[in-house]
Amino acid sequence: MSHSHTDQEAHNAEAMAEIKKVTIILSVFTIVELILGFWMISLTSEALILAIKGTIVILMMAKAFYIVAYFMHLKHEVKNLIMTIVVPLSLFVWFIGAFLWDGSSFRDLRNKYNPYFKEQSTIKGARSS
Amino acid sequence: MSTTTTASPNEAKLWGGGKSPFNSEYGKVMMWYFLMSDAFTFGAFLISYGTVRFSTNGWPNSNEVFKSFPFAPEGVNAPLVFVSIMTFILIISSVTMVLAVHAGKNMDKQGVVRNMILTIIGGIAFLSCQAWEWNHLFHEGAWWGANPFLNADGTASTTNFTNFFFTITGFHGFHVFSGVVINIIMLIMTLMDKFEQRGHYLMIEKAGLYWHFVDLVWVFVFTIFYLL
Repeated sequence: MSHSHTDQEAHNAEAMAEIKKVTIILSVFTIVELILGFWMISLTSEALILAIKGTIVILMMAKAFYIVAYFMHLKHEVKNLIMTIVVPLSLFVWFIGAFLWDGSSFRDLRNKYNPYFKEQSTIKGARSS
Repeated sequence: MSTTTTASPNEAKLWGGGKSPFNSEYGKVMMWYFLMSDAFTFGAFLISYGTVRFSTNGWPNSNEVFKSFPFAPEGVNAPLVFVSIMTFILIISSVTMVLAVHAGKNMDKQGVVRNMILTIIGGIAFLSCQAWEWNHLFHEGAWWGANPFLNADGTASTTNFTNFFFTITGFHGFHVFSGVVINIIMLIMTLMDKFEQRGHYLMIEKAGLYWHFVDLVWVFVFTIFYLL
């Protein structure tokens, strides 16, 4: 049937347009990340560096979304299937928050109560051993 | 009996048997769950890296460590250049993989073969880049348990940085290697007309999911090790 044939062609064109769009988005995001990375090398302001790092993390998450949603086609799957994959992964929200907080707290506690640890991290140059 | 039909006939039909509720093939669904578990493995690696980095006063500057480039003279200062090439190689190979899956859906054997070959070349190119980088770092004295780099503030560094770098990029590189092997097997099966006989190219889709996952992990590894 000629009707279903043109339908197929329209679908193909749509899919190719989507692949092209996502490729461009991924490349642009990567280039922006690299520009920010190069810019960061010459910076000294802690606050600005932190802001740039935050931007880079947001771009990283956006790239991950585009790869999973379009290249891996998850966006076109049945909603129930999407949920069985995405809901368990939401564990990462706790996982990242809790562990980074714990690491930071461990550093503060060691700097406060472990003079040896604090002194070791002020010695310039390579370790003798 | 039609009078016993529940209020949501769609749901009853969806889970009532006779059709796949996820509208997806078994192997593909299982590939998704495997990749989800793999995401937790990589997530655990990267989060432990973050935790250790947050619990340490000093950390090496990645722009100092990764500043070399193949065939460039010793002491060249080119941070981010080589790794950006590696990143683009992997993105491009991901795109050719999408094109292979797309060709497979149209039963276009020639398209599948062409794009699978390009994807395999991309994977091998990435592995070669990584081999060069590992070799270079090893000759600078970096390895598991050995860190020649000072912290960014010039203080003595621990071996945490190199241990995490080689473990995580090594685990990712092993995934890339497995992906290349899987893609080569898929290419051979395509050339042997296995999928033409089956009437579908679903295996290419499953290999594609794995390959995209490898690219996805690199997005995180690249950002966390080289940019942050």
